[in-house]
Amino acid sequence: MKILVTAKRVEDPESKIKVKPDGSGIVQEGLKYKINPFDEIGVEEGLRLVAKHGGEVVVVSIGGKEVQEQLRHALAMGATRAVWVNHTGPLDQMGVAGLLQKVAEKEKPDLVILGKQAIDDDQNQVGQYLAEFLGWGQATFASKVESLESEQEKNKVPALQMGADNKSVRVVREVDNGLATLECALPAVVTTDLRLNLPRYASLPGIMKAKSKPIEELTPAKLSVDVTPKVQVLKMASPPPRKAGIKVPDVATLVDKLRNEAKVV
Amino acid sequence: MAAVLEQARSGAVPVGGAFLFNDVGSVRITTPELFTEEQRLYLKTALQFSTEQVLPQAEKIEAKDNALLRDLLRRAGELGLLMIDIPEAHGGLGLDKTTSLLIAEAMSLQGSWSVSFGAHTGIGTLPIVWFGNEAQKQKYLPKLATGELVAAYALTEQGSGSDALGARTKAVLSPDGKEWILNGSKLYITNAAFADVFVVFAKVDGDKFTGFIVERGSPGFTVGPEEHKMGIRGSSTCPLYFEDARIPRENLLGEVGKGHKIAFNILNYGRLKLGAGVLGGMKLQLRNALLFAQERKQFQTAIASFPLTREKLARMTTLIHAVESMTYRTSGLVDAVMAGADKTAADYSARLIAAIEEYAIESSIMKVYGSEALGYVVDDAVQIHGGAGYIEEYPVERAYRDARINRIFEGTNEINRMLIAGMLLKRTMKGTLPLFEVAQAVDEDLTAERLPKARVQDELAAEEQAAENLKRLAIYTLKVAAETFGAEIEQRQEVLATVADIVMDAYALDSVVTRTRQAAGEGKLDAVRVAMARQFATEANVQSYARARRALCATVKGDALEEHLAKVARLELFTPYDPVELRETILQAVEKASGYPLSAV
Ligand SMILES: Cc1cc2nc3c(=O)[nH]c(=O)nc-3n(C[C@H](O)[C@H](O)[C@H](O)COP(=O)(O)OP(=O)(O)OC[C@H]3O[C@@H](n4cnc5c(N)ncnc54)[C@H](O)[C@@H]3O)c2cc1C
Ligand SMILES: Cc1cc2nc3c(=O)[nH]c(=O)nc-3n(C[C@H](O)[C@H](O)[C@H](O)COP(=O)(O)OP(=O)(O)OC[C@H]3O[C@@H](n4cnc5c(N)ncnc54)[C@H](O)[C@@H]3O)c2cc1C
Repeated sequence: MKILVTAKRVEDPESKIKVKPDGSGIVQEGLKYKINPFDEIGVEEGLRLVAKHGGEVVVVSIGGKEVQEQLRHALAMGATRAVWVNHTGPLDQMGVAGLLQKVAEKEKPDLVILGKQAIDDDQNQVGQYLAEFLGWGQATFASKVESLESEQEKNKVPALQMGADNKSVRVVREVDNGLATLECALPAVVTTDLRLNLPRYASLPGIMKAKSKPIEELTPAKLSVDVTPKVQVLKMASPPPRKAGIKVPDVATLVDKLRNEAKVV
Repeated sequence: MAAVLEQARSGAVPVGGAFLFNDVGSVRITTPELFTEEQRLYLKTALQFSTEQVLPQAEKIEAKDNALLRDLLRRAGELGLLMIDIPEAHGGLGLDKTTSLLIAEAMSLQGSWSVSFGAHTGIGTLPIVWFGNEAQKQKYLPKLATGELVAAYALTEQGSGSDALGARTKAVLSPDGKEWILNGSKLYITNAAFADVFVVFAKVDGDKFTGFIVERGSPGFTVGPEEHKMGIRGSSTCPLYFEDARIPRENLLGEVGKGHKIAFNILNYGRLKLGAGVLGGMKLQLRNALLFAQERKQFQTAIASFPLTREKLARMTTLIHAVESMTYRTSGLVDAVMAGADKTAADYSARLIAAIEEYAIESSIMKVYGSEALGYVVDDAVQIHGGAGYIEEYPVERAYRDARINRIFEGTNEINRMLIAGMLLKRTMKGTLPLFEVAQAVDEDLTAERLPKARVQDELAAEEQAAENLKRLAIYTLKVAAETFGAEIEQRQEVLATVADIVMDAYALDSVVTRTRQAAGEGKLDAVRVAMARQFATEANVQSYARARRALCATVKGDALEEHLAKVARLELFTPYDPVELRETILQAVEKASGYPLSAV
């Protein structure tokens, strides 16, 4: 089975993010980057699935030369090869989905796994667009029943369950009032939630092997995708700093303040 | 400096100790800025392992949860962290020494774990890698590489610590010639409680110092009770007892009577590695102290804004930078010698051991300087914490206790100081280092009051000059002592130790200036690095000239002393900088990075 997984490059949440004074973007100097944690969970799930069912994990990332770092990380975790869509200009979620559609049509995977969102702009759209563009079934927010301390997790059992003859996939999803289970015909698009698995580290032998794994370079032009954004970012701003809290002597004062000052109850 | 050694001119790798005679920057050095992409990825994985798997378990580790420690070793094995120094043919990765050191750095965030990891991968496993025969390598190395087996190293005895070859443990061949029979005991053996494989030294027939591989469970071999230690309490340290212990004849390691070769070479590498094995801990303590100081308010002010706190944080940063610059420079020298060598060749280990031995002076420097820098850093870190620094709940309290062992094992700092000065003299006698010629030239220059200027006239010209003058100072002082005392110099330990101290500061300052210039390439020098170099030079100068005067006072008397003191004073040209300005430049970078500002990843 072939699984295509995305690996977006995002700012490391440990870095201090500052908006440029003119609001045109964030200050990139001194920032650290990593693979989107939801995508990393996707790579892990893909690796577990091919360990059980055979096949390969192909990772894909869109961006400048620097995204090769995240592709190498996924290769070091165990992915077989990588696709790099070289593009540096502005790009919206539809553009990303359009590029991924063409990559998926070219690769013909049984399953595409994406993070439910990327931790930089938290959009939560690409997986859904992609399923629509491809006309495939989708299951978002894949999670699992077992806890992350369970034996299944320790033994790296995949949470996504393949149906008979690998023709379908059963996905447990996290929804507002509990867990829902979906069965999707393959090929399908799955997006990962946080509690799907604990991703493995890139081992030292894995890092060594990754060096010689192929990264195929594509461009929007080669894929014949017009990536002119439909959504424009006009301005970025930091959230206003939070005001200091106050201490109240008793519950009565608290209720009074909530009702008459904050006007929330 | 006046005399550039031939190797530097010809572009070859400089010989051990050459830094003392070569110009600052005459040879390109390995620095974290030059780590390869793979090395950065290895470091990331190792740091992730340390911060996510080891640090959160610190309390359990400290409660001597041996099962946990073993499990961590196995998990480290799964990631390949135990494979670095083991050849590919035997289940390892056969990577370079710089990589080995940067992994040691990443493992050093928690003291007990760091020592346990180091004992397994270093002193425990390496004797078999370097001196084992093919059958021994095949039997043990693949399992040591994965952590399925854990290794320990047993050299020290009740009566022989620093005097490592004075072992009393005895080995004789059994009458049927099939087994070795060992009698005696060992003391303070790391990993003893749960190790499977012990490299043990004993004297064959009571006089031929020899290495053996002893497996747990061998008849007559027992592990004694845990010692209760000041620090690294989570690591296991026990005595070993051999009462007519029987081990198979084929468990002889290397040759009978050649155990000293194993012991000394393992020590050389252990000393080099210790420089890296303190770096991770120092960086963590800097970060924790900074974060504490930013949170903690006194007099309605965060204590991080008090000048005396800032002074400490800047001093910690500068020390870390110096240790880091020397550490990877030294491992880079070993790697440069081994570059291109065929790793599968029969003599590869022998060549590697020789390459490490070549830089034994630098390695002893790393051991002494690294362990003492760690001592200063944890001391400042406790002080910044105030009363909290003295309370167990705060990790800095443990770090303070854990740091102390580093000055004792891998050869005490006294022994290593003697080695630094002693090896300089020995290599001079052998003709590989030009101490006396250069000392002569220095003397002539000083008599004529003529001092060569810095070669590069940039913002660091004064620091380059200071580094060159520290080398002259060390060379001059050592020469005076050697001439005065002759063969008796070995008994003049204070003088030798003082020379060693000056040599260490010279190596550090040379490394810091060279690294700062290299990092800038053709561009502008980085202001933060320049500030660190200046701050380091200021401290190094003050202490080195005071030390040299003391050494000279302990060496010559009367008019001759006056003359020497006057000459030495001519070297002391360095004008200190405003320390407040320097520390502010450094601290702004530290605050921005929330810790050490020049991390490789
Ligand atoms: C926690 C811990 C873990 C250890 N792990 C191991 C291990 O795994 N394997 C192992 O084999 N050993 C191990 N050791 C032992 C360690 O290597 C020795 O403690 C160390 O070499 C010092 O020896 P010693 O304790 O006998 O001190 P001594 O040699 O008695 O030294 C006492 C003092 O005398 C000084 N001194 C000694 N000789 C001279 C001299 N010639 N000139 C000037 N001063 C001198 C020393 O510098 C020191 O200050 C460990 C020790 C500890 C505490
Ligand atoms: C074992 C122990 C026993 C004790 N016994 C007693 C006792 O019996 N009774 C009692 O009342 N207290 C006791 N104490 C408390 C002790 O006196 C305080 O810990 C000490 O005064 C330091 O205060 P602090 O811990 O709040 O540190 P802080 O005042 O927060 O200091 C933290 C750091 O900031 C520095 N700093 C603070 N202010 C400034 C400034 N203006 N300029 C520059 N640097 C500054 C400090 O020098 C220190 O390095 C004890 C503490 C311990 C650990």
